[in-house]
Amino acid sequence: MFVSGNVIFEQVLNGLTLGGIYALIALGYTMVYGVLRMINFAHSELFMLGAVGGWGLLALWPGGATLGGICVIFFVAMVGSGLLALFLNRVAYAPLRGSPRLTPLLSAIGASLFLQNVVFLWRDSQLAFPPLFVSGHFHVGHLDVSFLQTFIILISIFLMVNLTLFIRKTRLGKAMRAVSQDAETAELMGIPVHRVVALTFFIGGALGGAAGVLNGLYYGSVKYNMGFAPGIKAFTSAVLGGIGSVPGAMLGGFLLGLLESLGAGFLPKPEWKDVFAFVVLIIVLLFRPAGLLGKNRAEKV
Amino acid sequence: MLSVTNVHVSYGRKIKALHGVSLAVREGEIVCLIGANGAGKSTLLKTISGLLWPESGEIVFNGHRVDSVPAHRVAALGLVHVPEGRRIFPLMTVQENLQMGAFTRPHAHEREKRLRWVCDLFPVLGDRLGQEGSTLSGGEQQMLAIGRALMAKPRLLMLDEPSMGLAPLVVRKIFSVISDIHRSGTPILLVEQNAQEALRIADRGYVIETGRIVQEGKAKELLIDPAVRAAYLGVS
Ligand SMILES: Nc1ncnc2c1ncn2[C@@H]1O[C@H](COP(=O)(O)OP(=O)(O)OP(=O)(O)O)[C@@H](O)[C@H]1O
Ligand SMILES: [Mg+2]
Repeated sequence: MFVSGNVIFEQVLNGLTLGGIYALIALGYTMVYGVLRMINFAHSELFMLGAVGGWGLLALWPGGATLGGICVIFFVAMVGSGLLALFLNRVAYAPLRGSPRLTPLLSAIGASLFLQNVVFLWRDSQLAFPPLFVSGHFHVGHLDVSFLQTFIILISIFLMVNLTLFIRKTRLGKAMRAVSQDAETAELMGIPVHRVVALTFFIGGALGGAAGVLNGLYYGSVKYNMGFAPGIKAFTSAVLGGIGSVPGAMLGGFLLGLLESLGAGFLPKPEWKDVFAFVVLIIVLLFRPAGLLGKNRAEKV
Repeated sequence: MLSVTNVHVSYGRKIKALHGVSLAVREGEIVCLIGANGAGKSTLLKTISGLLWPESGEIVFNGHRVDSVPAHRVAALGLVHVPEGRRIFPLMTVQENLQMGAFTRPHAHEREKRLRWVCDLFPVLGDRLGQEGSTLSGGEQQMLAIGRALMAKPRLLMLDEPSMGLAPLVVRKIFSVISDIHRSGTPILLVEQNAQEALRIADRGYVIETGRIVQEGKAKELLIDPAVRAAYLGVS
């Protein structure tokens, strides 16, 4: 089979775009897991609400949003999804702390259905999300590069770099890592663990909201049930990278995006791409059960 | 300075761990709490630091009621608890572990000053600031746990079995550090299996058995008390 360099380049670009979106969502799963050892299965709805909320804001710019408009949309979608995540934590999870592990899972499913149905009642159809100012292509040598994809990749990397700096360098970011490594001891150091947990929900939700807007721009539409598939893919990315690990979620997201798009480009049938991605996941987990960057935590003595 | 009065604590509904415990630590004292495995020593420390809330009873620290106050607020009052088993943050460096200890100290220059002071006190830590906590030896981890607590500028330090699992030489070093901290003016509540060493540096001691204080007195007197000697000092 003859594969041109152009096609490979295009698939890699697709993969990085998709991967950036997966990674942003995966961060929400992995960070909340890190501090609470719980999967927030309603996280995909924060992504959806960011996207649909962003769509709602487009009405403010009837002639198409400007660069400033895009910034406003991102800001509102991120803060909005972040606040919703806080709210979710407060009403659906916090009252259940200390209960069996299955209970918050059921609560998450309930919250997820509730949020989808609220949006469904508002708008039940596919909603067009124009790519705005970031349409068109530019050329690098003889390669075609889409502005939109470049924009998505750059925004997602920008957010991830800032998150990493926050977690590594700031006092609050370090406190977040301390809580994820040993919450009880963190509390003994005077770290208000419940507030750090809330902050984690906020940041995870905000990144999910940003991913929602990016996803809307990329596919040109949003819908109340759009969270499901990317949610599962992002969760898979988090597991692939090592659940609880922030760099792991980033790596897992980009890896899954690349696997999928290369699979779609080069497998005999593009529909096999998901099978391909999941086979890779299973193989990785066979050899590294904690995921690529997951640390096998030493049991507490 | 610290007074615990008639405190009852349970785990769940069935398991009662403390049955009316009373104890006090006064300004400038080292008080040592000894007792067998499962007697309730760690439970008492956790209750004082706010990780557990008593069913009844009263805990007062420097004039503040601290029973049923969240642990992070108790820590902010300067009541600092070094938990059993050291509990170093395994994926954080020595420096980051120490910084977390100073979380309640509001000023950056004070935090840096304390960091330098702790590194002088424990040169092993100063030499390993960039090393990950999980890669330290047991003795180094215990130094780090104590150093991390000192970062908080404790007004009372509670240590839960600091000598556990350490070689005799390291144990001696830990006890001499505890004496130094005490001499610099910080009162200490010390839980120890190593009753001999602990009573030697302590002013007073309490003996706890199955959730009740069964004996208390001057450390010197407990050291020669026949019942204590038989049960906790391995002398008959
Ligand atoms: N989380 C828990 N849930 C239920 N019971 C507990 C829990 N922690 C401690 N206990 C029980 O409470 C009692 C006192 O335990 P504690 O840990 O305070 O003992 P200790 O004196 O510190 O013992 P050791 O010297 O072994 O550390 C024990 O009977 C123990 O089984
Ligand atoms: Mg104990």
